[in-house]
Amino acid sequence: MKVIKEKHAFAMRLTHWVNFPVLAIMIWSGLLIYWASGVYTISIFGYTLIKFFPPKFYEFFNLRRRLAEGMAFHFLFMWFFAVNGFLYILYTIISGAWRELVPKKSSFKEAWLVVLHDLHIRKTTPPQNKYNAAQRIAYTSIIIMGFGSLFTGLAIYKPAQFYWITWLCGGYHFARILHFALTMGYLLFFVVHVVQVILAGWNNFRSVIAGFEVLEVSAVPEFQQLPEEPHLKVDPNEPEK
Amino acid sequence: MNQKNSTVEQKIKRRNFISFGTFALLSAAAFGGWKWLYKSENEEMGITARARLPLRKAMNKTEVFFRNFFSDNNLVKTYPKSRAAKNVRVNSRIGLETDGFNPEEWELSVVKGDKDMLKLKMADLKALPKTEIIFDFKCVEGWDQIQHWAGVRFIDFVSHYHLENQTKMQYIGMKTPNSKYYVGLDMPSAMHPQTILAYEMNGEPLTLDHGAPLRLIIPVKYGIKNLKRIGTISFSDKRPGDYWARHGYDYYSGL
Repeated sequence: MKVIKEKHAFAMRLTHWVNFPVLAIMIWSGLLIYWASGVYTISIFGYTLIKFFPPKFYEFFNLRRRLAEGMAFHFLFMWFFAVNGFLYILYTIISGAWRELVPKKSSFKEAWLVVLHDLHIRKTTPPQNKYNAAQRIAYTSIIIMGFGSLFTGLAIYKPAQFYWITWLCGGYHFARILHFALTMGYLLFFVVHVVQVILAGWNNFRSVIAGFEVLEVSAVPEFQQLPEEPHLKVDPNEPEK
Repeated sequence: MNQKNSTVEQKIKRRNFISFGTFALLSAAAFGGWKWLYKSENEEMGITARARLPLRKAMNKTEVFFRNFFSDNNLVKTYPKSRAAKNVRVNSRIGLETDGFNPEEWELSVVKGDKDMLKLKMADLKALPKTEIIFDFKCVEGWDQIQHWAGVRFIDFVSHYHLENQTKMQYIGMKTPNSKYYVGLDMPSAMHPQTILAYEMNGEPLTLDHGAPLRLIIPVKYGIKNLKRIGTISFSDKRPGDYWARHGYDYYSGL
C-alpha cells in the first residue's frame, strides 16, 4: 500500500530552486570578471598542472572581453544570492530544520560509512533520517561556503570600506583566491550532487519539487511516522536475557 | 484496488500535477525574465553608456547602498617603501596622446565658476605640503600592485586655494588636456584624506606614461578613476562624464 510522506518544506524547495539559476549566473558573470586577470594555476615544483583557464575555455564559453558586463550582472545577482541564502537560513532556524541538517558528533564517522556504502564497498546501510551523515556534512558545508562567498566577495569588492573583512580573509590576494576556490567547490559539489540525485531516483527527486515521498508499506490501519532518532542504544548495565 | 488506495493514488497524481505545473510555470517565468534582462537595450549615450538599462539602474542603486559605508575614517592600508614596486604597471595610455602636448608648458585649470578660472603651474603645487602614500593600487581587471606616489593631498589643495564653496557641490570632474580621458568623482571620495594630486612616483618626477606632470591618485577607487595628466578640474552638482562609465562600467567604482 502506498502512503504519502511529507519530506521537504516549501521554503526549502523554493530557496533551493531560486539558488540554482542565481548561482549559475554568479559563476558565469564571475568568469567574465576573472578572465580580465585570469592568473590562477596549480603548480608543483614550477611545473603547471592546471591552468585556470586555458584560452580555449574562454573562447568556447564566449567569456572574453566582457568585464564590464560581468561586473554589472555579478553586482546585481549578488543581492538575490545573499537574500535567498538568508531566507533559507532563517527558515531552518524558525522551523528547527537545522537539527536535521547540522552534522552531529557521530556524523563524521558515519559519513565514511556512507561513502563506503555508496561505492558498493560496504553492504549495510548507514543510519539515515531525512539526511544521512554525508548529506549533513555536505549540505551544511555548502551553506558555509555560500556565506564564505559573500564574505570573501565583500573583501575584494570593498576592501577600503570593509578593510577588516579583507584582513580577516587574509588580505586582498588571498580573499580573491578563496573567492575563486569556493566557486570551484560549487562546481565540484554540483557534479557529485547531480550524480547522487540521479542514483537516488525519482521519488527522491520529486520530493525537492513536490515536497513528498511515496512509501510502500505493508497494510497497516494507520501509518505512523517513526520517531526522529530510533532507539538503538542498549543499556550496558541491563542483564542479558 | 480498494477505495482508500485509489484515493492515495489520486492524491499523489493531484499533488504531482500541481507541484510540477507550478515548477514548470515558475521556471518558464524565470527563463523569460532572464531573456528579457539579457536582451534588454543599452542605456542611451549620456553621462554613462553601454550598459543594459536595468543593470545600470541596479548599479546606481547599489552605489547608494554602499555609499552608506563610506567614511573618511576608513583608510586604505599603507605599506613600507620597501614593498613598493620598482616596475610600475602601465595599463592604459588613453588621453596621453602626444598631439602637441608639452609638459613644460602645462598648466592646471581649476574651474571655480562660470567666469572664474584658476591657472596653476607645477611650482604652485610643489609649494604646498607634500604627502606620500604607498598603497595597493587596484585595477578593475583584478590585478593590484603596491605603488609609491607623492604629491598634494586634495584636501590640502582645496583649503589652500579656498575651494570650500566648490567642494560643497556633489561631484568633481577631471579631464586630460586633450579631453580624451575624463573621470567623474563623488565629492566624499575626492575629499578622502588619502586622495592625492601626485607629481612623483618612487621619489622621482612622474614619467609621461604614468601621467606627467600631474595625475590623480585616489586609493578609494579602482585604477580607472586615477586620471593621468590632469588638465582641468571642475565642480558640479550633476555627474560629470566618465570615460569608463561610458563603456559600461559602474560610475561609482568605489573600493
